[in-house]
Amino acid sequence: MTRYIPNQDDQRRRMLERMGAGSFEDLLAPLPQEVRLDRELDLPGPVSELSLHRQMAGLARTNTGSEKVCFAGGGAYDHFIPAAVDHILSRSEFYTAYTPYQAEASQGTLQSIFEYQTMVARLCGMEIANASMYDGASAAAEAALMAIRVKRKDRVLVAGTLNPRWLRVIRTYLDRAGFFVGEVPFDDGGRLDEDALEAQMEDGFSALVVQYPDYFGQVFDLQPLAEKVHSRGGLLVVAADPVALAMLKSPGECGADIVVGEGQSLGIPLCYGGPYCGFMASRKKLARKMPGRLIGKTVDRAGETGYVMTLQTREQHIRREKATSNICTNQALSALTNCVYMALLGETGLREVARQCYQRTHYTVRRILEEVEGAAVVFDNPFFREAAVLLPASGEAVRDAMLDRGYLAGIPVPGLGEGALLLSATEKRTREEIDGLAENLAPVCREVAT
Amino acid sequence: MMLKGTLPTIFDRSHPGREGAALPELDVPETDAEELEGLLREGPIGLPEVTEGQCTRHYVTLSCRNYHIEQGIYPLGSCTMKYNPKFHETIARLPGFCGLHPELPDREVQGTLEILRRLSEMLGEITGFEAVSLHPAAGAQGELTGLMVIKSLLEDLGEKDRDEVLMPDSAHGTNPASAVLAGMKVVNLSSDSRGLVDLEDLREKAGPKTAALMLTNPNTLGLFESDILEITRIVHEAGGRVYMDGANMNALMGIARPGDMGFDVCHLNLHKTFSTPHGGGGPGSGPVACTSELAPYLPHPRVVRDDDGGYRLIDRGGQAFGRLLAFAGNVGVCLKAFAYVLSMGPEGIRSVSENAVINANYLKALLSQKYEIPYDRGPCMHEFVASGGRQKDAGAATLDIAKRLLDYGCHAPTVYFPLIVREALMIEPTETESVESLDAFAEAMLSIACEVESKPHLVTDAPVSTPVLRLDEVRAVKDLCVVEPWDRPERE
Amino acid sequence: MSHIPEDLRYTETHEWVRREDSGGYTMGITDHAQDQMGEIVMVEMPPDESTYGGGDPIGSLEAVKTAEDFLAPMDLEVSGTNDSLDDSPELVNQDPYGKGWLVRFTADDDSQFDDLMTSDEYANHIGE
Repeated sequence: MTRYIPNQDDQRRRMLERMGAGSFEDLLAPLPQEVRLDRELDLPGPVSELSLHRQMAGLARTNTGSEKVCFAGGGAYDHFIPAAVDHILSRSEFYTAYTPYQAEASQGTLQSIFEYQTMVARLCGMEIANASMYDGASAAAEAALMAIRVKRKDRVLVAGTLNPRWLRVIRTYLDRAGFFVGEVPFDDGGRLDEDALEAQMEDGFSALVVQYPDYFGQVFDLQPLAEKVHSRGGLLVVAADPVALAMLKSPGECGADIVVGEGQSLGIPLCYGGPYCGFMASRKKLARKMPGRLIGKTVDRAGETGYVMTLQTREQHIRREKATSNICTNQALSALTNCVYMALLGETGLREVARQCYQRTHYTVRRILEEVEGAAVVFDNPFFREAAVLLPASGEAVRDAMLDRGYLAGIPVPGLGEGALLLSATEKRTREEIDGLAENLAPVCREVAT
Repeated sequence: MMLKGTLPTIFDRSHPGREGAALPELDVPETDAEELEGLLREGPIGLPEVTEGQCTRHYVTLSCRNYHIEQGIYPLGSCTMKYNPKFHETIARLPGFCGLHPELPDREVQGTLEILRRLSEMLGEITGFEAVSLHPAAGAQGELTGLMVIKSLLEDLGEKDRDEVLMPDSAHGTNPASAVLAGMKVVNLSSDSRGLVDLEDLREKAGPKTAALMLTNPNTLGLFESDILEITRIVHEAGGRVYMDGANMNALMGIARPGDMGFDVCHLNLHKTFSTPHGGGGPGSGPVACTSELAPYLPHPRVVRDDDGGYRLIDRGGQAFGRLLAFAGNVGVCLKAFAYVLSMGPEGIRSVSENAVINANYLKALLSQKYEIPYDRGPCMHEFVASGGRQKDAGAATLDIAKRLLDYGCHAPTVYFPLIVREALMIEPTETESVESLDAFAEAMLSIACEVESKPHLVTDAPVSTPVLRLDEVRAVKDLCVVEPWDRPERE
Repeated sequence: MSHIPEDLRYTETHEWVRREDSGGYTMGITDHAQDQMGEIVMVEMPPDESTYGGGDPIGSLEAVKTAEDFLAPMDLEVSGTNDSLDDSPELVNQDPYGKGWLVRFTADDDSQFDDLMTSDEYANHIGE
């Protein structure tokens, strides 16, 4: 009757006989009549594989956005993914396995996640990293909660230059748990307001969460900030772009205590926002306060190297209401994606991705300033692979008009001005596409403005 | 072929200069990066340098050291390890779906929005609820969502003092952890001699402080809570709401609906019931379904269908309690679940649960020859809990039995859970196992029980056929090593 | 049969307490408790000079797959903790009444000590 259920009527009859039941209905004896559904579910289908393919391909075609030349970032980037990544992930050995509860039969998952943790820790310049969180935003929220467990102050400060989506997630997590979020504004120059920060630190806090590079792509030295936060007894939580870390000084080197981020850039397709993969790294002395799974190296009875889930007493299945988080299922396959991607790109490849993102984004901004009369950068600070540009027309209207011309020109950021557009170019954007963007923006700005 | 013993890490295979991917030449004029002076990384990152062939060989070799559902039965209780249809993977990889930037405006993503909306409606029908959010990334985040929704409602009703969450002592560990994360207190309920919620205890503990009861139904013993209507009535009369942990929904589809049992809200695990793969521990998806009373508080974003037939994402305003992820949710997982419901159809969906229940009862009957089945007063639902107590007394613990099963080519059940059963073996075969496969698993379990009696060392020394032997978990904690040590080269 | 020294007092939650000649107290967990937990891999201690009411959790013990709080046997102020357990938590298993002690404390109400279980009562409590 369905292609996924093997047992047939005669087999079911024999099974029911074996257990002394006359019919399937007998097995439902514990269900009161009142709760049983007395009708068929109102669902479509069944649909054959062939017609399902037609339906789904039809729906996919109505996703016109997948064909636009993408200059949007904001925490999700259109990177090149080598074919080998998907081939490796598509091994059923990886994608159809469960959480590695039986370590001896899960060494593939365990060792690859150990390698992932190692790569993340090195990229962040930290001593340890966990096996993944749901996404970068929830990882940032979990880092804030972790800082509260360490410092026992019920307030966390968040830089106003953090991705606003992430700020909303942090607020949701902290508000409901009974903690407080203090937002530190940025000044007209795009820098964190030092006086406001000082004042907010006065009131007691567990950590400052700051993005690196920030939401607008700006790069500032974290070290003075780390020193300031530490001198007031707080932890520095850095929300980092992993691609930027291939080029920039690592947060660990600058004094960060916890580093989190979004792993989507490392081999994961855009897929309208998920599944992605949050990463989290920290100092070793904070290991017991860390949420999520940790894979550790050990030996077996014969002295051979093997890997297990470790420090499990932090986790919900053992510590229950005293666990460091409720996270159970995480994003293991996405973490493996990150791992395989980083292994393929390697030391030089990832640096080259970072360099090209930097160069192509800078070229994009330069071309827009050349082509579009009245365009300007919003802030005049060093930026990495994202920049806020102020156009002489509504950012939202420009984005919509540019979609008709085949470009996703960026993300409107009305908070920085009506014409502000946040844009980014990865290694995938060719010179031709970048020139095309700039050359189309000029007439579009004129059209939209009138 | 599976290699045994220690394997090199990807770092061991690295040699300077090797590359596994090629990028295009930089074809734009370069900008001098001097503005970043002093902000640049000095020295290597420490990533491996291998070719594509080496990388592929390394991870394929590693993959062969995993047990997985395409290899054989994976009867982990409460985990619903069923077969993952191949075609659904193909669908999720269509460029029209996986090439969408999450900041695209609605008009450019109509296909995906339509799927999300229709999947919500399907899950609403299956659970008997008015509204569904596909936002949560996994079951635990679904639990958190459900509790936050309840908390928001209670605040609006001026009942802020209700901060206790009742839950049976057999609850999944995520339940108490989620309650605490939602800023609530855990109150444990005892189970009665039937293995069900003790109604007397519930009556005593439900009161003016009660925010919610969290209940898994069927519970973690695989038993349907027969008093469910009375249970939900007691909690409602006390002024609380009732949350269903839907981890065990594979027992009920098309048979009974949480919404018809008096529950107010439940989560589902698409990576269990709806056949999306577990990926070695995620990504999953944990949609939350609820009554119209709670619906306004569901998180952002939500998908609505406009009168003109277009779909729209609502990301601001209203009474939503907030958001738990940067974007919409694990959309790629939702696509596969949508395809699954369409593939099965209404009769097929009910057949899933019927076969899951028959398979579990059949296996229980076979195993009861040698294993004690506590709380065995009648049929179980989609899973059951056996006890290795008899075997423990004979010299081999449940952990040993689990490890020995690996030698028989089977994955082990969930062990030592729920906590209320001594030496627990929690077994969920799922509907995608054939009777032949169940017979083979039972034979392995019975044969191990015989080994415990005659040659217990075979069991206590197990596993011997796996890539590594039993691992030293004490050492993994005491000499904590979660990243490969690296002698960072000195800076030049 | 686990070891239950006669000169100590016990709680229902498996802590032991000794009154020292100095007038202060020392506490740990019983042989029975350490045996139930398996190899202890970490001990979390209360800060010095912190005060607790009887029955409050003051620290925790971790094995690989279990973690248990240990409780204040009476109203107390912490006067010292066993630092050697940082490096060798297994001492709790090896010598629970000696080198594996957990916390030293002072108490205002000595009568609470007298209310704790005797070794016979504790043996009875754990069914030995």
